[in-house]
Amino acid sequence: MTATAGETPVPYPFNEPDGISLADAYQEALERPGLVRVRMTYGDPAWLATRYADARLVLGDRRFSRAEALRHDEPRQSEGSRDSGILSMDPPGHTRLRTLVAKAFTVHQVEKLRPWVRELAHGLLDELEAQGQPADLVEHYALPIPVAVICRMLGVPEEDRPRFRAWSDAALSTSSLTAEEFLRSREELRAYMGSLIEEHRRTPQQDLMTGLIEARDTGDRLTELELVDLCVGILVAGHETTATQIPNFVYALLEHPDQLKLLRERPELIRGAVEELMRFVPLGSGAGFPRYATEDVEVGGTLVRAGEPVLVAVGAANRDALKFDGPGRLDVARTGVQHLGFGHGVHHCLGAPLARLELQEALEALLVRFPALHLAGDVKWKDQMLVRGPREMPVGW
Amino acid sequence: MTSVAWTTEVDRDLCMGSGMCAGMASDLYALDDEDRARPVRERIAPDERALDAADSCPAAAILVRDGDRAIGPRP
Repeated sequence: MTATAGETPVPYPFNEPDGISLADAYQEALERPGLVRVRMTYGDPAWLATRYADARLVLGDRRFSRAEALRHDEPRQSEGSRDSGILSMDPPGHTRLRTLVAKAFTVHQVEKLRPWVRELAHGLLDELEAQGQPADLVEHYALPIPVAVICRMLGVPEEDRPRFRAWSDAALSTSSLTAEEFLRSREELRAYMGSLIEEHRRTPQQDLMTGLIEARDTGDRLTELELVDLCVGILVAGHETTATQIPNFVYALLEHPDQLKLLRERPELIRGAVEELMRFVPLGSGAGFPRYATEDVEVGGTLVRAGEPVLVAVGAANRDALKFDGPGRLDVARTGVQHLGFGHGVHHCLGAPLARLELQEALEALLVRFPALHLAGDVKWKDQMLVRGPREMPVGW
Repeated sequence: MTSVAWTTEVDRDLCMGSGMCAGMASDLYALDDEDRARPVRERIAPDERALDAADSCPAAAILVRDGDRAIGPRP
């Protein structure tokens, strides 16, 4: 055993909010045996897993629980303790809710949206061209694509974007809000979603919200609060991460001109390139959503005691040299990249097929249409958010 | 000649134990002691839910065949 719970924890998270690089502390952790003892601003001290095998074990093993976090002082960056809905549940409750929505997010289903998403991307690029350069890639491209897609799938009016963007920001904010502000924002978002659900009850539509209402009203398969929180979760998770990764991927490619050139010359590489970018770009400001051990489990040479939380740094695991050759190198021609960017185990990203499709189409359209794409000013980075990425990214073409 | 039955299998190396298949069709798929999925029976009657399970598997670990022809997950 290389570390004990008595060891003085180091402050966490490691990553700087400006940029998308992986903090040096992760490299050191990857090279040292055992888990790292860390402490976040709020909550219990925790173990940090950084290696690929350890990450997969903790995310995939039922001896690690998300629901237990609700019964503990969960390690976190902000004061407000969050009940993350389906992400705070274990099987079988988690499986019950997830199966209700899983069919909407399969490759088979989302592929039907591909032509429309492509059209959407090109339409936005038409508008950018008409409007002239420089333009903010986040506001006029990266955000509108996933917002339009998830709004259409779920049944949320796209024109409400300014309203739910503010709530969504608050939901993912790490420290600018007090616990009270966080709760108020969550209640506002729930009330908004509740009113949309009532509208859908009165006038059923061909969308996911209507399907979930039916599962509640005729099948009694979820509670009203679960219904509301599931819709909220799908709306927030369904756009924020993709909207952040689109400019992150563009930024990473602009920093690697040889890779950008290769991808332009061989657009058939786009699918593999998106997987490699998912591996290469550490999205989170730090690991979140700790898993609590329900019994003693040895992880990578450290004995995690029952009741202790483990944080999983997927961004670091994706750079583990034991798993990936030249892990620090961005290589868009890499094949069979089994990254953990969408997580692993029961909470593996429900929307992964949709996110992949959006990232592929958004990136391809942008690269094809704007061969001289470049930064045209300083990137402003998100601050105090669970996800890292540009808040504003001025580009020219 | 068409086959009268489908077959289904789970790739244990790919399976991440999400439990989605067992959640969608507990008579077709089950989790074992190591939280890896397995088909309850390899030969099954044609069943849309097997295709749903194959489509919904986050690890794409489930294969459904009609005779020699792979029919799930659907493209």
